[in-house]
Formats: sequence, structure tokens, C-alpha cells
Amino acid sequence: MSQMDLPPYATTGQKIWHYTFYVICGLIFFFLIAPILVIIPLSFNAEDFFTFTPEMLAFDPEGYSLKHYRDFFTNPDWQQAMWNSIKIAPAATFLSVSLGTLAAVGLSQDHVPFRRAIMAILISPMIVPLIISAAGMYFFYSRIGLQGTYFGVVLAHAALGIPFVIITVTATLVGFDRSLTRAAANLGANPVTTFFKVQMPLILPGVISGGLFAFITSFDEVVVVLFVGSANQQTLPWQMFTGLREQISPTILAVATILVVISIALLTTVEILRRRSERLRGMTPG
Amino acid sequence: MSDAASQTGPVLSADGKPLKRSLQRALRAQKLRALALIAPLLIFILVTFIAPIADMLFRSVENQIVSDTLPRTTRALQDWDHKAGQPPSEDVFAAFTYDLVAAAERKEHTRLGTRLNYEMTGISSLFRKTGRRVDDFGETYMDQFTQVDPALERPETWMTLMAAPDWQADYAAWDAARVAANKAGRDFDQPAPLFRLKAGVAEVLPETADAYAEFARLAQTENADNPADEEPWPPVFLALYRDLIHVGPGAIGRLDDASQAILAPAHDAVETFETVDLVDLYLDADEDWQNPQVWATIQAFAPAYTPGYFLSSVDLKQTPDGVAAQPEDQRIYVMLFQRTLFMSLVIMGSCVLLGYPIAYLLSNLPMRTSNVLLILVLLPFWTSLLVRTSAWKVLLQQQGVINDVLVWMGIVADDARLVMINNQFGTIVAMTHILLPFMILPLYSVMKTIPPSYVRAAKSLGATNWTAFWRVYFPQSVPGIGAGCILVFILAIGYYITPELVGGTTGTFISNRIAYHISSSLNWGLAAALGTILLAVVLILYWLYDRIVGIDNVSLG
Repeated sequence: MSQMDLPPYATTGQKIWHYTFYVICGLIFFFLIAPILVIIPLSFNAEDFFTFTPEMLAFDPEGYSLKHYRDFFTNPDWQQAMWNSIKIAPAATFLSVSLGTLAAVGLSQDHVPFRRAIMAILISPMIVPLIISAAGMYFFYSRIGLQGTYFGVVLAHAALGIPFVIITVTATLVGFDRSLTRAAANLGANPVTTFFKVQMPLILPGVISGGLFAFITSFDEVVVVLFVGSANQQTLPWQMFTGLREQISPTILAVATILVVISIALLTTVEILRRRSERLRGMTPG
Repeated sequence: MSDAASQTGPVLSADGKPLKRSLQRALRAQKLRALALIAPLLIFILVTFIAPIADMLFRSVENQIVSDTLPRTTRALQDWDHKAGQPPSEDVFAAFTYDLVAAAERKEHTRLGTRLNYEMTGISSLFRKTGRRVDDFGETYMDQFTQVDPALERPETWMTLMAAPDWQADYAAWDAARVAANKAGRDFDQPAPLFRLKAGVAEVLPETADAYAEFARLAQTENADNPADEEPWPPVFLALYRDLIHVGPGAIGRLDDASQAILAPAHDAVETFETVDLVDLYLDADEDWQNPQVWATIQAFAPAYTPGYFLSSVDLKQTPDGVAAQPEDQRIYVMLFQRTLFMSLVIMGSCVLLGYPIAYLLSNLPMRTSNVLLILVLLPFWTSLLVRTSAWKVLLQQQGVINDVLVWMGIVADDARLVMINNQFGTIVAMTHILLPFMILPLYSVMKTIPPSYVRAAKSLGATNWTAFWRVYFPQSVPGIGAGCILVFILAIGYYITPELVGGTTGTFISNRIAYHISSSLNWGLAAALGTILLAVVLILYWLYDRIVGIDNVSLG
């Protein structure tokens, strides 16, 4: 029996409170989800409005159209932004995942000197507010000539994604059975072979979800790219930001819908990976 | 019985070395291997992230521009007492002339003017106006010197007076190499040897030598000219006049013969020169040069490091007489910090209010149901920040969905639609929505560990539902509230995007001001100081979070 079931002897007052609680929770869930869901139908608006037209409410096909999506796929500004995002995020993800996994393996060893201090430094990009990271990177990268370059944005985004890789991969390594690497060494495998053939396949779910976090960090990031990048590195979130600040156009809603679909896909992947890794470790999914 | 057990002395390992040492070596190797794995990332983070933060901290106190641009003036001003209420002596004005004409040639005087304008409004235009005219200061003396001896106007005369012979030889060699390279069609990128003064001239004619050397080097670095072809600018003649009027007849005799021959007639004539008051030339350019406050500001900001930006960030300012409050109408930063803290607290509070019931529900429902409902929390968590902000922008507009629904339901008249965006309300609603998952997830993970038997035991001992919750369940969930609150507060206090887009003017945070100073007002020092203060607040909170929750317990959904 779950905690939330009403006992048969509940008084009327308890019953009322019980159902009121459900209603309150329902409203809070509505608050969480509705704003995201409402933009999906609005993005098919045939007019340039940000609200439901009478035609839409009457489910008249005339009221709906794909024109904002067409605009997104034909407008050179949006296309440029999309390609910039596609070029920056994977490069940053690759850097954070490769360096981050290596360091996480190092950090999970038994004897690491200055472990806490190193961990604090590696996690710091997640703690420091983005505007401060952006300000510091803007000052420093302009000094060394990286400001306004593709490479500079990739480095900045990689730094921001690293804490997520470190956290997810070290969490996976906690449940890693160290006797497996010892067995591999015993059977004559060198450390590199042991890492790729034994350790990597087992921690792969953690690495992939860390990578997804790093990807979404870079793909969604706007504050740092706004300062470190120049017009040539204008990414999708940047274009949305200027769009929202200056001339708000309904194309933003079409882009938002596409991004929501991408987030749903990523969320599903991470959930599947998490359950798989917990099943491998013999825990119940949940 | 093995040998090792019966032996006395240190225990040996298989290869005959003491076991203790072998173990130590193995441990050291293990440590080194771990560090070698971490090193690449550590270096990467240090370069791409920690160095920028350090740079920002440095910039918040750095102030070398004044002493770099006006080296002579800051030296001359050291003994001047700003309390006397008088502008400084003519010596300071002369030093300032040499500095300003060089700065104007390097086009640095406007930057310096902008910098000092942060401290005293009006200095920027003062520098700009005077910078245009300063290279004429001393023209009177130039005319009179050339009347005495027309040769003084010619570049080669000045070479004889000032240039070191070995520099002239070096320069000639460099020039010959350059010409040869050009003829052969080769690239030639060797820098020209920088102008050097003749030995002894600086002792006899200190100001002239200094002013001319600066002129010659600027001709080389700024315009790539040969100083031997350039006629010096009027301030050099001002320096010559000031030197010759001060030195006795014997001093000239210490120069070499050629120089003596050039300068002797001029030296005899300076006594009869028509003089101009240098201060008057400045007052002609702008009356404000008379204001001791201008000079006091230059003097106060001469040191290479200044607390000035930090003082500005808390609505104080550094004046020549010490620290003082900003004028009433320019005090905004304390108010902005207060607003940032207040709104972050409100957002944190609303997150607790909305997040607690949800976390409670999720942790007490059967696993299957709660997993499905958890998706509803994770979806916003994974959705792009800009998507959520644009959703709120669309919903809260006066012609937006919420107002439409309210009008349709008859709660609000069509002509009295609610203003819910571009104010504090908009920021609080949107940020509560954005940060709510960060409250729910830590709360949920704490609540999941609370055994349900405690509440059942309380109830079986006669507690009402409320007492059982408040006295038994709630205290056990407090660590979750603490963790969630600090997390939400840390995130809220540094938010930039959402306040910028839905905050209007009354709903913006300190971070918006930082961004403004970086990209619009270009007052980087102040931006760095504001950022440093914000960073300190966040780090203190983070330290608390580490004490309460532990950094290793950060989980991601």
C-alpha cells in the first residue's frame, strides 16, 4: 500500500484535504508543463500573432500553417545560426568528454593527492555564475586573441561542460568493480587495452550521459557565446535571444518547438542509459 | 615456518628490498599515475576558465593607465597639495604638456579621459578638446628660437644636439639593409633601432632631452619615420626655453663644441624672449584646467592599483579627501544588489512552496507512477532556457495567452489588460518556473530516504495527520529544503538572460548591470569589481552548500 492511499476510516475533512492536495499538485504540474506545451500549437499559427486566433480555437485548418517553420529553414540568418550551433556543440562536447573521462578515471583511483582541491577546481565552471565566467573569458580571451573566434567559443563551451562529465562519470565509477581491471592486468592486458576493452564498455552509459549534458550545455548556452563570440559565431540561442529582445518574430516559436523535440529525445536517451546502468549494477530501476 | 617470520629486522619483499620501501614506491607510482590522468584536464580548466576569472579579479583593481599615460605628470604632482585650493605650478603644466602631446600622438588621451571621467564627469571632454591643441603649445618659443637661429628649425640640427652617434650609425646600417632587401625583393621585418640620446645632454637640458627623445621614438613607432627627417613639435621648444632660462652660462659649456655653437646664441637671447603663460594656454582650451579638483583626480588615481572600482560598486567614491558617498542620483548599485538578493529570496521561497508538495507526492507515490510524473519535472529541466523564457514572454504579454483567457472569462476588461511582463512580476514568475526543477530534485532525493514507518509510528501513538507531518516528517526533510534553497539561490543570484528579456527596467539583476558595463559603457574595471563581489557571495554560499550537502552528492536528475 502506498503512502498516498486514503485509509478506509478517513474522516470527511481528511478526504477533502487529500483531494485538495491532489488538485494543488495538479496545478503545479500544469505550471511546470503548460508553458512549454503551449508554444507547440502556437508555432503552427497562420498569423504572426503570439496567441490563439479564433480560427485556431475552432480547429479550422485555415488557422494553421507551417509558414514559421518554412521561415526557419529558408531564412539565411536562422540557417547560419543553426549551422554554427551544429559546428560548435559537438566540438566542445568532444573536448569535454575526452578530457573529462580521463580525469574522472584518475580521480576515482584510491590515492589521489589534493583530491578535494582538484575536484573543486574542475567543478567550478558549474558553480560560478555564467555572467562572471562570460566577463572573465571576454577579458582574458581578448588579451590572447581568442575573442571572436570559433576556437575560443569551443574552448569556453568545453570548460562549461566539463563539470557535468566529471560528475556523471565519477558517479558511474563508484559502482565499478575494480577487480575487473586487476583481472585484465593479470591476463596480460596493458593499461590502455584494459581501459578500452574492460572499463570503457562498463562506464559507457555514464560517459554518454555526461556527453549529452555537455552537449546540451553548449547547445543551449547563450551568455558566454554572446561575449566570447562575434557575429560569425552567432548560435541558435543567440539568434533567439536577439530575436526576443529586438523584433520578436513567431519564427522563434517554431525554433522553440524544434528544440523541445530535441530535449525530449535527449531526455529519453539519458533515462534509458541511467536505467540500463543501474540494471547492470544490480539496482532496481527508479 | 618461513624464513621471513623467523628473521628479525625489516620485512623483505620478493626481490629482497624492504617491504615498507617497496610499498611506498608503489603508492607513489599510483599517485603519479592518477595525477597524470587528471593533469590534461586540470591544465585545460586552469587556462580556459581559472585564468579568465583571475584576469577579472586583477582588472577590478588594476589602474595602470594613468601612470602609464601621464608618467611625468604623476611624478610632478607628487608634491602638490590639493587642499590648498590652487591649480598646480607651471612645472606640472609643462610635464603635463609633454605627456599629453605624446598621448595624443598615440591616440591614448581619449582612453585616459574616458577612464578619469568615471571618477569626475567632464574630464573626458577636457582631454579631448585639449588633446587637439596641445601640439601647438610652445609655438611662440619655436618662432622666437628660429628668429635667433633658423637652423634650430631643421631636423639635422636636433640630431647633432641630441642623437647618440652610435645610434646614428646603427640606424644607417639598418636603413642600408632595408634598402638592399627591398632591391632584392626580399621581405624585411627587422625593427629599426630605437632612438638613443647622446651622453651628457640629459644632465644639462633635462626637459628638452626628455621631450625630444619621446618625440623621436614616437616618430619611429607611430609613423615609421626617421627622426632625422622630422622637425620637432613645438612642446620641444617649450622645453628648450624652460631649460635655457634655468641653466647658468657655465652649464652650456659642458656640452660638446658643436652643441655649444648651436645653443650659445639662443642661450644669450632667451632672457629677452617674449613669454607666454603656459597655464593661460590651457585655460584658453578649457576653463576647467583651473579647477584643482581635476588635478586632484589625476593625483588620486595615479597609483597602479586602486580600490576605486570596488568603492563605486557600493555607491562610494574615492575623492582626493578620502572615501565619500556618491551623489544621491548616482547611487544604484547598493539598490541593485539589494534587489538581486530580495528577488532571489522571493524566487527561492516560491520554489519551496511549489516544489515541496510535488517532491512529497513523488516520493510517496508507487515507483511506477512517480517515475511517470518525474518526467514532467525533468522535461522543463532539459528544455532550453531560451525556450522557456520565450514561452513566458509569449504567455505574459498584454496581447498574450493569459490576458486573452482572463478577458474571455470576463475577469479582466479588454481595455485593462494586466501588465505582467517587463517588471519584477514577470522575472519572478519566469525564474520560479525555470528553477523549480532544481528545488524538486534535491528535495525528492532526500524525501525518498525518509522511512514511512516513522510517520506511521507517530500516527499509531495518537498524533493527528498534521502533527505527524510537522513534528516527524518535516524535520527529516529539512536537509532537502536547505540543499534546494542554496542551489536555487546560487543559480538565481547570477541569472542574466531571463531578467534581461522579461525584467524590463524594474526586474533586472546585478548581472544585467555587469553585462551593460562590459558591452555598452565599456567600464570594464567596474564590471570586474561588481563581478568579483557577486562571485564572493556565490562562493560563500557554495561553501555552505558543501558543508550542508557535500559536493559529491550533487546529482543530475
